[in-house]
This record gives sequence, C-alpha cells and structure tokens, in this order.
Amino acid sequence: MVMDAATEVLMPSSEDEAIAAFGDGTDVLVVGGGTIVVPELTYRRLQPSRALMLGDAGLSGIEKDGSRVTIGAMTPVQELVEMPAPLGPCAANVADIEVRSQATVGGNLCAGEGSEAPRGDLQGAFLAVGATARSAAGGDVTEQPLEEFLAKRGERLLLSVSFEEPAAGAFAGLDRPHTHDYTALAVSGARAADGTLRLAATGAGSWGARLPSAEAAAGDPAAAGEAALEDVSPHDDALASAWYRTKVLPVLVRRVLADLKEPA
Amino acid sequence: MNLTVNGVTHEIESSPLTTLLDVLREELGITGAKAGCHQGGCGACTVLIDGEPRRSCLMPVGYANGGEITTVEGLGTVDDLSPIQQAFVHHYAAQCGFCTSGMMLAGQSYIAHGGSDDAEAIQKALGGHVCRCTGYSKIIDAVAAAARGDSFDLTETAIGKHTTMATGGAE
Repeated sequence: MVMDAATEVLMPSSEDEAIAAFGDGTDVLVVGGGTIVVPELTYRRLQPSRALMLGDAGLSGIEKDGSRVTIGAMTPVQELVEMPAPLGPCAANVADIEVRSQATVGGNLCAGEGSEAPRGDLQGAFLAVGATARSAAGGDVTEQPLEEFLAKRGERLLLSVSFEEPAAGAFAGLDRPHTHDYTALAVSGARAADGTLRLAATGAGSWGARLPSAEAAAGDPAAAGEAALEDVSPHDDALASAWYRTKVLPVLVRRVLADLKEPA
Repeated sequence: MNLTVNGVTHEIESSPLTTLLDVLREELGITGAKAGCHQGGCGACTVLIDGEPRRSCLMPVGYANGGEITTVEGLGTVDDLSPIQQAFVHHYAAQCGFCTSGMMLAGQSYIAHGGSDDAEAIQKALGGHVCRCTGYSKIIDAVAAAARGDSFDLTETAIGKHTTMATGGAE
C-alpha cells in the first residue's frame, strides 16, 4: 500500500526549521523514528494532512556537561542501553535491537496513549531521574519538568530531555512474554546527589507516573510498596490485568528500594 | 530520493512516508523482504540498511534515502550461496521459508558485528523474529555454524540436487 500523496511531508534539516515547521502543532503528525506511527499510517488509523519527519533535524545525540546529561529527542533508544540504571536497563527492555535502534527517545516519551497497552516505556525512568523537557510550540522554546510536559505532550514539539546524573539508580520490571510487548509494568528509582529519592512507574496507568506516596514511605520498603498503590490506578489491558498489576507493583517497588540501598 | 538495493541504484518516486517495505515490493518489485505483520512484530521484512538490520515495514523510505539496502536477493544465488545461506540449508533451518530472509539478514548482521556461536547471544540478536513453523533450534544452529565459519557439503541436499528450495522462500 502506498501512502496518500495527500499527506504533505515536511523534512526539516535543523532544529530551527523543525520548530518553524511544527508551528503550533495544529494538524501535523510528528514522526520520530516512526516505529509507533508508521503502522498507524499503514493501517490508515492515522490519515494526517501534514507529517513532520525529524530524521534530519539534528535532534539526535547525547551530551554531557559535568553531571548534566542532555539527550536529543531523536536519539535512538538503543543508545541509552549502556547507561546506568534506571535508564539503561529500562531502554534495554524496549522491543528488540532492530526496533530499538530505529525508535527514538522523543517518540517513546511522546507516544499517544495506547488502546491495547500502556506506551511510553521510558517515561518512568526519566521521571525517576527528575528530567526536564525542552520543547517548542508557536516558536516559543521552553524548558519545564518532564511531568508538566507529559501532561500536555500532544501540544508541544519535544527537542531534548536533560537530567542530573543520579548518585544511584534502579529498575525492576515484569519479564516480557514477547520482545515487542510494551512494558506491562516497571518501576524506576533514583537517588539524586542531594539525597532526593524519586520513584516512578510505567504501565500502572495510561502513562508514566511518579509514586510520591511510596517515596514518602521509602524508609519501610514493605509500606512503600503498598503506598505505591495510592498513586496509580492500574487497569486491564492486553498485557496484564489490573489485579495482577496491583499484586506486582508493591514487589517491584520493594526490589527497586532494595537495589538503591546497596552501596554503589 | 534514491536507494541502492543489492548494488543497483534506483530513483524512488513514492512519498518519503511510504514504508521501505512497500517501496521494495511494490515500486521496485523486489519481493525478498516479506510482508508479514506490517507493524514490526514479526521480522519477516527485515533488510539491512547500510549493514544494519531494520524492519522495512516500520522504516519510512525518507529515512533510508541514499542508503545501501541489502535484501535476501543480495546475499547469494542458488549457484553461489553465501555462508549463512549454506548454513541454513545444511541445518534445515528453513521450513515454510516466510521468516527465512529476515532471519538470515539479521544473522548476517550479527556475524558481521563479530557475533559468536553462543546460542543465548544469537537468541538476543534474533529475538524480534518470529518463526511460526517454530523451527527456532535449527535456525539458531545455522546462525551459530555460520558464526563459527563451518563449511558445508551440500551435495546431498535439495540445493545440491539442483532444485531451488532455499534462497528466498515463498514469494
């Protein structure tokens, strides 16, 4: 099946061009690596009037400035695999090497809510490291906490995410029945250099969520595990039942807290 | 846009958003990459782009512009099989053949990147490829044999008897 010529394709060759082409985001489909949206186009569930392909926009790459890490939105997920927890093991848990090498950090973070499964495998890990998101809309470029960006992620064009390298990190997830399943349930945790502990879950709701009640109870891992259930509302989907997620979430929280306790 | 497929350069007329799979099969008539699930889940459409295995059904052709594409037709011919094709014949690693081109290309890339005959490492590299005949053991054996550089006597196989069962699988 050949794409409709009716879709106007924009292929910006710089960040500025990408920001201009995105405009205020009206009627434009953003194509990162394409691994999520291309099947939607193939099956005609999406029929955009304009598509913004970001492959040549210069938004790929990982930069380190002291302890600050900045990851371009078009960086392939595979490039995160060797990073310390929670990001490395979280990235390694995304699809197989072929898909992961094409899929991008921005595409994963901004993925629309899936009907059959939660998406945004990386959201939990980036929330746990306290990432900020640099994004554009209407020509205005803003940096804001990732949580704020995710709440309105359809409205802005993600350019990069950055975070301070944590002093310690951990990741625990359910084994996948198949490499291509989205993350059924995973918990990421990180302790910042200033001692701040952040915990976040992927798969316990429609998208990644911080677990503030579990963070507050972190001194008692068993209580923290149970408290995590106050922060999310797991649901049934093709990957797991809400019941199963409710049973497993406290276990994953305990595992992450145990890993964070180990001396680095 | 242009693509070099198995050494031959083609001008491409499809929209940059068209999948590489559709361009190969429908615009260029090169059918070695199989159209299985159309959503990245099976690996039957895997080709090499500049030597790296990618799902052609997920790849907008605009992202492959100017690239060197290798499909199974570029690996070898019935009279001159590449080592991984010989290994697949020797180990009876192709059954219905639908997954075979993707499996061989993923295996070829794994070996080109220095992959060993370790079964677990091969499983990881080919982990996104589905064989619905469930011939996984023989496929892993074949990739391991090719990784070791085994040589094969194929005279007693169908290939040796001049039939044409093994290079491309089903159209």
